[in-house]
Amino acid sequence: MSLLSSFDIGATGLSAQALRLNLTASNIANVESVSGPDGRTYRARHVEFSAINKPNAPGAGVAVTKIYESESPLRRQYSPGHPKADALGYVDMPNVNPVEEMVNMISASRSYQMNVEAMNVSRQLLLKTLDLGK
Amino acid sequence: MNAVPKYDSLIFNEAALKLRTHRQEILANNLANSDTPGFKARDIDFAKNLEEQLSGKARSPNSILLATTHLAHISIKPSPDDPNLLYRIPSQPSMDGNSVDSDVELSQFTKNSVFTEAALTFLGGTIRSRMSAITGQPS
Repeated sequence: MSLLSSFDIGATGLSAQALRLNLTASNIANVESVSGPDGRTYRARHVEFSAINKPNAPGAGVAVTKIYESESPLRRQYSPGHPKADALGYVDMPNVNPVEEMVNMISASRSYQMNVEAMNVSRQLLLKTLDLGK
Repeated sequence: MNAVPKYDSLIFNEAALKLRTHRQEILANNLANSDTPGFKARDIDFAKNLEEQLSGKARSPNSILLATTHLAHISIKPSPDDPNLLYRIPSQPSMDGNSVDSDVELSQFTKNSVFTEAALTFLGGTIRSRMSAITGQPS
C-alpha cells in the first residue's frame, strides 16, 4: 500500500535529518576541543546522504551512507602558554565553521519539519481510508 | 455533449485513488531526499497515467524492451526504472545537482492529498448510494 510506504519514506528522512542535527550539535559543542579521545584535534563531522533505490518502487527514501570528517585545514591559534602549543607557539584548533554549522542546522530542521508534515498528511489520509463507505 | 460518464464511478475512483496514493509516495520520496546531492525530483503525468490505467494500457517496465529478431542481437534487461516516472524540470539550479524544490514539492504534495481525499469521498459516496439501492433503506 502506497500510503503506508510513504510513512517509511518519511521515517528515513526523519532519522537522516536527526543524525545531521546531532552532528551539528556535536560540532558546535566541540568548537574549542583541542584534543579528542584519540589525542588529535577535533575535526568537524558531516553526513553524506544518498537516495535509497528499491526495484518496482518510485523510491524508498534517504539513507546516511557515510559520516566523514572535514578535510579543511585546522584553525591555527597563537597561544604560547597552551600545553598543546607547538614550537612556534601555535595551537591547532578544530576546523568547525560556525556559519556552516548554523546553516546546516536550519536546513536540517526545515527538512525535518517537512517530513513530519508529509507523514501527518499521510496519516490523515489513511484514517480517512479506514472510514471508507461508512 | 455526452453526459454519460465514460467509466463506472466505482472503477474510476478506485483507479484514481490508486494513482493518487502512488503519487503521494513519489512526492514523499522527493521530500525525504531534499538534501541528497545529485538527487533528481520525480513525478508522474497523472492524467495520462489515469487514462492508461482505465483503458488497460498501463505500461510496465517490460514494455520498453527491444525486440530481438536476429541471433546476433543482444537482449537487454528490463530497466528497473518505471517508464511512467518523469523528471521534474527545476526552476533554478543548485550547487549539488539536487533538483528538489521543497516549495514546489510541498505544494504538489498538499494538492495531491486534497485530491486523494476527494477521491476517497467520491468512492465513499458511491458505496453508500449503492448500499442504499441494495437494501432499499436511505443511508
